[in-house]
Amino acid sequence: MNNLISHQLCNRQRHLSRRTLLGAGTGSILMSSLARKLAWADETGRTDPAKPKSVILLWMQGGPSQLETFDPHSGSKFGGEVKSIDTSIKGLQIAETLPRVAEQMHLTSLVRSVTGKEGDHERAIYNVKTGFRPDPTLIHPSIGAALCQASDAGADIPRHISISPLNFPGRGGYLGAAYDAFKINDPAGPVPDVRKRVDDDRFEQRISDLTNVVERQFARGRLKDLNRTKTLHTTATDAALQMMSSEQLSAFDVSEEPKKVRDQFGDNPFGRGCLAAARLIEVGARCIEVTLGGWDSHVNNHGLQSSACESLDPGLAALLQRLKERDLLDSTLVVCGGEFGRTPQTNPAGGRDHWPHGFSTLLAGCGIRRGVVHGETAEKPKLDSEKPLDDVKDPVTVADIHSTILKAIDLPFSEELDTPVGRPMKRSEGTPIESILA
Amino acid sequence: MAHFKSGLAGLLRWSWFVLLVFLAFSYLVAGLSTTSGVADRQPIIDSPDPIAADSASGSGDTSVSSESAQADSFEEAVAKVDQAWLASIQTKELTPAPVADWLTICRRMSLALVGNGLSLEEIRQLEQLPEEQREDAHLDTLLNDSRHHHYWGERWARFLVGTDEGQFVLYRRRRFRIWLADVFAQNWRYDEIVRNLITAEGLWTDSPEVNFLSATFDSNDGQPDPVRLAARTSRAFLGLRIDCLQCHDDFLGNVSLGDTQSPRDGRQTDFHQLAAFFTSAKTSGLQGVQDGKPDYQYKYLDAEEETDVQPAVPYSPELLPEEGRPRVRLAKWITHPENRQAARAAVSHVWALMYGRSAVDSVDNLPLDESTTPVLESLTDDFVENKFDLRRLVRLITRSAAFRVDSRADFEVTPKHERLGAVFPLVRLRPEQMAGAIIQSSRIKSIDRESSLLVQLQKFGGTNDFIKRYGDVGEDEFNSESVTITQRLVMLNGNMLKESVDYNPVLNASSHIEMFSKDNSHAVDTVYLCVLNRHPTDAEQEHFVHRIEEAKNRASAIEDLFWVLLNSTELAWNH
Repeated sequence: MNNLISHQLCNRQRHLSRRTLLGAGTGSILMSSLARKLAWADETGRTDPAKPKSVILLWMQGGPSQLETFDPHSGSKFGGEVKSIDTSIKGLQIAETLPRVAEQMHLTSLVRSVTGKEGDHERAIYNVKTGFRPDPTLIHPSIGAALCQASDAGADIPRHISISPLNFPGRGGYLGAAYDAFKINDPAGPVPDVRKRVDDDRFEQRISDLTNVVERQFARGRLKDLNRTKTLHTTATDAALQMMSSEQLSAFDVSEEPKKVRDQFGDNPFGRGCLAAARLIEVGARCIEVTLGGWDSHVNNHGLQSSACESLDPGLAALLQRLKERDLLDSTLVVCGGEFGRTPQTNPAGGRDHWPHGFSTLLAGCGIRRGVVHGETAEKPKLDSEKPLDDVKDPVTVADIHSTILKAIDLPFSEELDTPVGRPMKRSEGTPIESILA
Repeated sequence: MAHFKSGLAGLLRWSWFVLLVFLAFSYLVAGLSTTSGVADRQPIIDSPDPIAADSASGSGDTSVSSESAQADSFEEAVAKVDQAWLASIQTKELTPAPVADWLTICRRMSLALVGNGLSLEEIRQLEQLPEEQREDAHLDTLLNDSRHHHYWGERWARFLVGTDEGQFVLYRRRRFRIWLADVFAQNWRYDEIVRNLITAEGLWTDSPEVNFLSATFDSNDGQPDPVRLAARTSRAFLGLRIDCLQCHDDFLGNVSLGDTQSPRDGRQTDFHQLAAFFTSAKTSGLQGVQDGKPDYQYKYLDAEEETDVQPAVPYSPELLPEEGRPRVRLAKWITHPENRQAARAAVSHVWALMYGRSAVDSVDNLPLDESTTPVLESLTDDFVENKFDLRRLVRLITRSAAFRVDSRADFEVTPKHERLGAVFPLVRLRPEQMAGAIIQSSRIKSIDRESSLLVQLQKFGGTNDFIKRYGDVGEDEFNSESVTITQRLVMLNGNMLKESVDYNPVLNASSHIEMFSKDNSHAVDTVYLCVLNRHPTDAEQEHFVHRIEEAKNRASAIEDLFWVLLNSTELAWNH
């Protein structure tokens, strides 16, 4: 099984010939079915009900403070300067810095009791993105990689995409680099490396010489059907050419959206990333990760958290709204969270430090119940370093969050996969949080 | 007066501040411990026999009779390895491919030792020699080339400490890498390298080998993490994956330990007893890592309470010295000439570096009770007999028929031929090899320390940018992943390729060839040598000469040829 997987590319169209693929972009008559879906969605505002499940991960890198976002204790000893506001869920309050998100909370479930064992950024990011703690023996796949490996459904363009990924984009891990996220920066700019560097005629001649002269010569005296059985070099070239000529590339281009829509998402890289994520899901991408940094507030906690929330608030709220409007929220899971939370206590520099003992993750769509809150952190924590979980009601682990996500997108969370060395490895070692699953 | 006093007080305060900053800076940059660097350090345990830089056998004795005997001994060793290889192929009723041509073999050496193909300058120099001398001459040059020392420094660093940069204050990966480069430049024996790593003491800043330990500080509250060190030691130096024993006894029959002749299933105690050796390494303020007493308590699976864990080795306990400091005992045990498993692990790693893929399923998973391959076992015999001489091992591999065999044949090549090495297997180039191959192919001269600063900076910056976009395989050194769409896009349309082939009369080989080649046939031949390190076939020559002749712009046609060859499977795979 693994051998087969390792020779697959993360693209469902990989068996098409180069000629067919090149031809795909030549006219609307050859438009792919997914491109047609996009056009249909634009016209009707709705999408195919049989659409496979997808994930948008809004990754808050640096460690957002639960107290300044989704779990404020304003007025308490550790509450800090932020105030709480009511939300669309009766009795639930979140930080005043997220007013638009507050209006959309009825679409979501909020887990306020996530606990981890990693307090270092790099290790904790690995932990939250894969569901496993770092292990020197292998690299675990991220959610997007697991999703793409499990199902071929998707788009002409890469199905696993990381927008503004900073240093830690989603990886294929032991499933293979073919499932690594395709990385792009701020969607305001062009998608990298998809534009030819020479004119069409010259490019075509280059490809022709490569395929018909050099590759043929190299294949002589070697394995039969060298490309298919070993190198996949030509196959990958074909897939790249297909992407270069795909109409779906325009899904990355948020400038095609009306200014009003762009403003709703926020005129900043994160807002554009959220808008691009929605567009990419609409054309069939399966997992989009959008990163927002700036949460690591060891100094000036209130200022930094508030500043990051200014980007998060419109991006997240508009994303939920758009998915709902386009009937995509039932097939798209939105997850918003970071690698850990921040300490209840503030340090002398007015900052909060790393805190994996009770932080928040928001989930919405795709089989997640609406308007539910799971767990809570104590308003007056005892802060016993020996028993940090005493301050958390109904604690769940990072692995539990992963199991929940996997269950929501219909992946058997406890299924064992074989690593390349034959070691059986569960997709997740956690337990789904049933209280938030429909 | 009051003004003077106030000024003096201010001056004193600032002096204190400056002193503190200076001390902090010194601590960060140089460290305060007294241990020294590679050049003047003394061996920790045994006196290391100096290994003459380039004798075939690796012995320091260079008298004529001795040289002759060493040469005979080396030839005998080559014959033994070849015999083992041939027998293993014939047993499977396969016929090996013929020997590859010298350029192909030299390209394999260059990719393995410096991370890129040959430069045109190197090819032209080698062409001055009789053909039968070219491979040895090229290897001699490479082994003494700083490009090789730094390239292997990085690749061994990945194997020993991974790729994470870790906490800057406590861990200096760059220093560790440069220390390894120095070690290779000075031709240290393998056992000496291992001893220095296991027994490292001092600050990670001025005793760079300490970074082998400090790389694990982040998971153990600023102290060496015995669990991670046990896992790393087991994999890197023993070729055993015993990580699962950290949590439970082996119940799948995957880990065999104990007696090498009659092993038993691995136990949780095996892992933690090995870890216990490293609990003697303690961080002690400004003195860095110092030796102390082992101090390890662990609660085994299903145990009621924690127990004191004493250091012990997972197999061949008779080779472990009874007395001495714990880490020194462990180092002596690993490097004991009779610890064949450890020697096999070293040979397995060097083989994979040279060959591009592991000789067995995984480079760091050599079951204790199973032999590896006949070639690896034969190389291991020679490695132990010749005092862990790494350069001799490299020479032996490159001279072996297994390394020199062609990757194509005039019979039908099957996956079985590739798997058993009857043909040289196609192996994907690593990302930094791809970057190196692209950059080197765009220059006529070798890019090395003698190159202009601009060229070196271009190579450094270009490589980093390329790898960032192309994808780094991390420390998983020998996992040959399938090619990705992103990688192909980077090659088809990426910046590095464009800059490498575009018109640039100062730097780029494409422009030089256009300006100085005597005719189009010569131009095509030279481009092939620069990029693929071979001459074009007649058909290729004819085709591309025609392309240039019919082109409106000769320079563009040559650039196109560069682009085509750089995008080929042949460039992207070692063959």
